[in-house]
Amino acid sequence: MATSNSAAAAAARDSEWETVIGLEIHAQLATRSKIFSGAATAFGAPPNAQANLVDLGYPGVLPVLNGEAVRMAVMFGLAIGARIAPRSVFARKNYFYPDLPKGYQISQYELPIVAGGHIDIVLDDGSTRRIGITRAHLEEDAGKSLHEGLPGLTGIDLNRAGTPLIEIVSEPDMRSAKEAVAYMKKVHTLVRYLGICDGNMQEGSFRCDANVSVRRRGTDKFGTRAEIKNINSFRFVEKAINFEVARQIELLEGGGKVVQETRLYDPDKGETRSMRTKEEANDYRYFPDPDLLPVELDDAYVRGVAAQLPELPDQKARRFIAQYELSGYDAQVLTASGELADYYETVVREFGGSPKLAANWVGGDLAAFLNRDGLEIGASRVGAPALAALLRRIGDNTISGKIAKDVFEAMWDSQQGADAIIEAKGLKQITDDGPIEQAIAQVMAANPSQLADYRAGKDKLFGFFVGQVMKATQGKANPARLNELLKQKLNG
Amino acid sequence: MHSETVAGLIAGLRGRKYSAVELARALLERIQRSQPGLNAFISIEAETALAAAAEADRQLASGNAPPLAGVPIAHKDIFCATGSRTTCGSKMLANFIAPYDATVVARLRADGAVVLGKTNMDEFAMGSSNETSHFGPVRNPWDPARVPGGSSGGSAAAVAARLVPAATATDTGGSIRQPAALCGITGIKPTYGRVSRYGIVAFASSLDQAGVVARTAEDAAILLRSMAGFDERDSTSVDAEVPDYVAGLDRPLTGLRIGLLKEFFDKGLDPAVEACIRAGLEELRAQGATLREVSLPNLPLSVPTYYVVAPAECSSNLARFDGVRFGYRCDKPRDLKDLYERSRGEGFGAEVKRRIMTGTYVLSAGYYDAYYLKAQRVRQLIAADFARAFGEVDVLVSPTTPTPAFGIGAKMNDPVTMYLNDIYTIGANLAGLPAISVPCGFVEGLPVGMQIVGGHFTEQRILNVAHRYQRATDWHTRAPEAYR
Amino acid sequence: MSLSRRDIDDIAHLARLALTEAEIPVYLDSLSRIIGLVGELDRAPTAGVEPMSHPLAGLKQRLRADEVTDTDRHELYQRNAPQVMAGLYLVPKVIE
Repeated sequence: MATSNSAAAAAARDSEWETVIGLEIHAQLATRSKIFSGAATAFGAPPNAQANLVDLGYPGVLPVLNGEAVRMAVMFGLAIGARIAPRSVFARKNYFYPDLPKGYQISQYELPIVAGGHIDIVLDDGSTRRIGITRAHLEEDAGKSLHEGLPGLTGIDLNRAGTPLIEIVSEPDMRSAKEAVAYMKKVHTLVRYLGICDGNMQEGSFRCDANVSVRRRGTDKFGTRAEIKNINSFRFVEKAINFEVARQIELLEGGGKVVQETRLYDPDKGETRSMRTKEEANDYRYFPDPDLLPVELDDAYVRGVAAQLPELPDQKARRFIAQYELSGYDAQVLTASGELADYYETVVREFGGSPKLAANWVGGDLAAFLNRDGLEIGASRVGAPALAALLRRIGDNTISGKIAKDVFEAMWDSQQGADAIIEAKGLKQITDDGPIEQAIAQVMAANPSQLADYRAGKDKLFGFFVGQVMKATQGKANPARLNELLKQKLNG
Repeated sequence: MHSETVAGLIAGLRGRKYSAVELARALLERIQRSQPGLNAFISIEAETALAAAAEADRQLASGNAPPLAGVPIAHKDIFCATGSRTTCGSKMLANFIAPYDATVVARLRADGAVVLGKTNMDEFAMGSSNETSHFGPVRNPWDPARVPGGSSGGSAAAVAARLVPAATATDTGGSIRQPAALCGITGIKPTYGRVSRYGIVAFASSLDQAGVVARTAEDAAILLRSMAGFDERDSTSVDAEVPDYVAGLDRPLTGLRIGLLKEFFDKGLDPAVEACIRAGLEELRAQGATLREVSLPNLPLSVPTYYVVAPAECSSNLARFDGVRFGYRCDKPRDLKDLYERSRGEGFGAEVKRRIMTGTYVLSAGYYDAYYLKAQRVRQLIAADFARAFGEVDVLVSPTTPTPAFGIGAKMNDPVTMYLNDIYTIGANLAGLPAISVPCGFVEGLPVGMQIVGGHFTEQRILNVAHRYQRATDWHTRAPEAYR
Repeated sequence: MSLSRRDIDDIAHLARLALTEAEIPVYLDSLSRIIGLVGELDRAPTAGVEPMSHPLAGLKQRLRADEVTDTDRHELYQRNAPQVMAGLYLVPKVIE
């Protein structure tokens, strides 16, 4: 890539050019059966074991709509403050591809089930932006093509064909790759909060296409956009968009034109590549599917679904700030998933102490271990009650905060409770003055020159003495008491 | 036995005058003999038929037999039946063995009907003459040089030739009623949504309906009673109770208000055909009906409307035939494009390709509004015309076809000439209305049909009118000489 | 309104139908006639009229319960398949 990477060049580019991004997210809805048939949707079945006659597009079969997919779509619409269409229509999107058995995809075109709405994102600097949603609609997923191990041939697995998808189309409101990532993460969090999608990007449950264009700052007119397809991780989204923006700017600055086309991100090379074949863009010939009737949802239905909405991420974050006096940053971290938020609140409830301390532990120490072992909160090796118990032992001075970190690691590895480990390793904090005074006396005797320097005015050496006494007590001296007694003794 | 109606056979079987196996055997033999001259069947399923007949005999002997036990029927080869070759009259499905039952097939099977085979049809139900079948044309039992009508030509010819007393069929633009008229038998297309479409290879989804051809309205009522009803596997199936179509067949026609469509009795109508219809109307009047003229001003646009909507839907419905999961695949495809283009190019016949292309065109960018959307609006106008008419009359009566059966090959040069055959029947499909055709006379030895159309879900009424007409006339009892 | 040869080529491509050289003028002629027939729709008074997708007005889509009702029957279904291997439907290699 020839574009200059220096910060100055980037800044200059930024001041002249504006990036415009819209994202299309396809989320698989977590129904048991397919959107139009009674076949199972579970991931990982042997090829075509979960493709029934309807999914295979056999002659004579007909689609019947899964009510749960509708409910999930409505949940999503309500959660983003969108309008739920009282009447929506399924349309056929006609094109030929081997993973599309009927030769058309059942989707929604002119009358989608959800229209409007917004997603609020928080950026790294703490600022917030509201990203508009144009629409969200229901459609069926296609099957999969497999190319490996089949010389000259492609194998088609239609297990995935017919899995319900919600396609979420944002307004072109994002102005940087970072905003796009924040938006994508927020939508990811939201669909998992709602329990409508498991968000598993490796398994393809959550997929993203980015529409990217640039324009000179100050212009109203949008530039020509390129569509980058199937970017399936947050990291790739950011890289792909950044590459594409730089590519387009370089092209335009060189007097060229951006072509409206579909591009694929190549993670190995870190670049986007044109997918366009010699053939022209498809004419999808959308028309209302005559095998399906309009979906009509009345107020009672929508109210019924609204009543099922869980506390949403933003609501929960605001509550955490108010109820637990946490910072905005802490609240964001702890509400990144519903399960994590629930875990935190269980800890707070059972600990009974400082919610801030609990936040530090859940958002800090616990999170570090989860990341290290590649686990989700649901698979945490230390449960919320167990962590709460550990925090109680800090609160009641049985152990210091520092020792607690060792205990936690032991809990993680051994699955034992805090008390058992403290007992077994003899980690109880020393709170009696006797042993502490003894240790202080030992240390003072062993370090006469430092003692003299301290008494002469080198206050900084206090820390040295604290460290030495801690060492002498294997870290078990109660820090507060140690400080008090040490001060006394040192000052004579 | 072969001259018996379904009603007569039910009585005969239960009265043990003959066994179901005897009956099946006799008809299978007739079918075999008829094939070279008539070609009404694509598959003759003797083995399964005789096994089903044997089972029916067991049930009849036990005294615990379902309503159609032992009654021999045939299915138009558009209905999927488990283990049965289901071709739709096409090379594309020439070797396709259906792995499931259409709902209609399952219901008739559950009621004990014995299926003797699958009947010939215009390819993928596209045609009005049964000349587009990959398996050769069907001939009219009244005159082998003429067409039996289509697309359910095989079913209609089989019933007219007394090979089976009744057969299932489908109707998208007239494909039950028109062949019934040309073959001198009775055929009914129910209200859209009355009979399940699940398992019927789709042609035009908003127009297709399954129905039955038989020699009497009573027989049609008996079969329809078994076939009709809500099916959860068909989203367009209507959840409404199925009346007993047989009860109420005899209700007198006093006070029946018959509408005559001004647009149909115009100067284009063959005077000899018109004379048969007028005579039929007189009979109905004699039974107490009143006649009045009604006008459906948008009805003359029904043919162009149909020839936008039906091809559009079929172009999409037939996209699944791509040589990948079932059906014909071309030899040694070079690449994916070649696989699609040659499998479809070689597997489909000319009329099917014509309609797929027409449909693709009217849906394509730039033309969707002018053609497809426009046609769907005109469809609304036509439906509204019918609704208004049914505010003033109970049924509409007209000829079923403008002429009797034409010669094989006579209309193959210009598709539009062929399409204009459907002029009287198409309206009922566009508006989703039930309609029945009954024989009402002959012109130069060829049968003429009279069509009775009713409002939505008035199958009982139109069957009643047809039945009362058949009680006072004997056109429906006439048999073609070669098949008496 | 008449179609051109180019139209037939485009349509045949969209519909994935291979047409021989001899066939093209035949289809050009018949499609032109059909479109001519269809042209009669122009004069219909459709201003303000809703397009009709279903012949029965006022019906709405039924919602099915979210239940798995089907089991693995791929062996039966694949009996009609032209080419399968290890449960996969095979087609000439698709370049993406």
